[in-house]
Amino acid sequence: MSEAKPRTLFDKIWDSHVVEKLPDGTCILYIDRHLLHEVTSPQAFEGLRAAGRKLRRPDLTIAVADHNIPTVGPRTPADIQEEDSRIQVQTLEKNVVEFGVPYIPILDVRQGIVHIIGPELGISLPGTTLVCGDSHTSTHGALGALAFGIGTSEVEHVMATQTLLQQPAKNMEVRVDGTLGFGCSGKDIVLAIIGKIGTAGGTGHVIEYTGEAIRGLDMAGRMTVSNMSIEAGARAGLVAPDETTFAYVKGREFAPKGEAWEHAVAYWRTLPSDRGAVYDSRVVLNTADIAPMVTWGTSPGAVVPVTGVVPDPSSVEDEGLRSQMVRMLEYMALTPGQKLADVPIDVVFIGSCTNGRIEDIRAAAAVAKGRRVASGVQALVVPGSGQVKKQAEEEGLDRILLEAGFEWRDPCCSMCLGMNPDKLTPGQRCASTSNRNFEGRQGPGGRTHLVSPAMAAAAAVTGRLADVRQLV
Amino acid sequence: MDKFTTLTAVAAPMPMQNIDTDKVIPARFLKTIKRSGLGKHLFDPLRFNADGSERAEFILNQDGYRKAQIIVSHENFGCGSSREHAPWALQDFGIRCIIAPSFGDIFYNNSFKNGLLPIRLPRQVCDELIEDAKLGGNARITIDLERQVVIRPNGEEIHFDVDPFRKHLLLNGLDDIGQTLQHETSIGRHEAGLRQSQSWLPATTG
Repeated sequence: MSEAKPRTLFDKIWDSHVVEKLPDGTCILYIDRHLLHEVTSPQAFEGLRAAGRKLRRPDLTIAVADHNIPTVGPRTPADIQEEDSRIQVQTLEKNVVEFGVPYIPILDVRQGIVHIIGPELGISLPGTTLVCGDSHTSTHGALGALAFGIGTSEVEHVMATQTLLQQPAKNMEVRVDGTLGFGCSGKDIVLAIIGKIGTAGGTGHVIEYTGEAIRGLDMAGRMTVSNMSIEAGARAGLVAPDETTFAYVKGREFAPKGEAWEHAVAYWRTLPSDRGAVYDSRVVLNTADIAPMVTWGTSPGAVVPVTGVVPDPSSVEDEGLRSQMVRMLEYMALTPGQKLADVPIDVVFIGSCTNGRIEDIRAAAAVAKGRRVASGVQALVVPGSGQVKKQAEEEGLDRILLEAGFEWRDPCCSMCLGMNPDKLTPGQRCASTSNRNFEGRQGPGGRTHLVSPAMAAAAAVTGRLADVRQLV
Repeated sequence: MDKFTTLTAVAAPMPMQNIDTDKVIPARFLKTIKRSGLGKHLFDPLRFNADGSERAEFILNQDGYRKAQIIVSHENFGCGSSREHAPWALQDFGIRCIIAPSFGDIFYNNSFKNGLLPIRLPRQVCDELIEDAKLGGNARITIDLERQVVIRPNGEEIHFDVDPFRKHLLLNGLDDIGQTLQHETSIGRHEAGLRQSQSWLPATTG
């Protein structure tokens, strides 16, 4: 018998979930976990209803409302002031009853951003396929799940068939060598990766993150990295499951228990890419080149270390790229050569599916402790879930942040995309732990600098895009 | 879903990279439970000033391009958020085809599900088509999906690749859920297998 061809982690999960390969190569891929939220599901439920179709596997599905929820004041659906937001949440609550979908109510302590609570509740598990109508579904790949965002038509497709029609992705390895430097985090790693490969660098690929620096990250850090795979153009990111993963998953509400746990772990140990497995492309970074990062433009790839300066478009050959840079600088109101660390900010946002975990709040609180938010700066801390909030309060982090002048809010996607009342006003400049610095993303005319939680806290207490390493 | 067979239309040149789906349709317009009616917010940040007035410099606000059905753009069109509201908004406005060197993966998939054809062509070819598109109403571009060609105003034909399965669905206006459900027996068999091989996987119903 010949040796089986070495396979990557992606290949293994993919192969075990192909229901059927159609003659042209399109695969029917089985989906183990389907997460729903209020923004991208109403038209899918409506489609099912119109076609008289059932939701095939409610027992593999779970729903939560997260995008439109207020972060301050009463939070039941009826309390949502804006009518369209209220209707969207109420529509989800009606649909989950009609179609028998498990639902986490807004006032439940387990409610939160879908990509925070999936791992937190043990719904997201290694070796599984997981989808959600949300591009940051890539987050769950940190556990070694093949997880990716889909559109609403595909949400409806999964509801009706528990499968998706997919072409296999290409494999890309992004290896980060070395030990992460002082003051750096998973956020800085992923921003450095996007800066290197570009916002379309991963298009058509699933990125597997490997190397010492990735292994050294806790699960929160790995989730931050995998979360922003989509910002590098890749639909999914993956980190091979290891002891860190198993320790994280064990005991969580929806995780396997008892004998099933033993079976699961035994299987998960077979998942890491085989020696000699072939990747279609490979990128290597070294932590020596990674410092606390800050974006200067309106694309996550427009990023430099905080010690750097705003780049000069006139030094760029390509005309298209140059004109894009000029437009970015105009929108961001920055000038070439300006030191990033000197740029004053108006707002700080700490939260989102990228950086709304307890580890992120600890990192922010460590910088905030004993300091004051600079005058004229509004600083929001929005925990990613009710459980994160509770844990932070048990650790006294809320007190530290409140005493420093931060606002301590309730869980929601919040100012990452401003679908609830938390948004920037035109011209405001924000140091944000979220994932996208697109024009108008945090509110029309708002200017976003993507940073880590520690860097965001440093910006809050200094009133500018400061280098956190000088504060801790 | 609407069929897509051939299209002869005015093309709007949008020579920008990374037109993300937040630009196509900002998050504040996603608070709808319908698929229709989003065309009025298409490209809102590029198309309108803060007071709601039109930005004259934006291509779709210029005479000759208001009824464009094709957009020619640069790399990574539709990157970012998975919101299917982006193809819904484009479709609702009247756009049926986007030509660019590359697309965000999720946007690319979403487009096919909505009768909107995304065509990948090399940057240099896109730049030529952008020059054609700058001629406005005098220069129509034709897309023939069956033959997989883009026909320039000068008659030159440019071949493009498209996945055969997606082409089939688009040419016939077929619903892919219906297609997949023809394989329901295989799905059932796979589920039975998973109950063995993934017996450790708990239900979400607790």
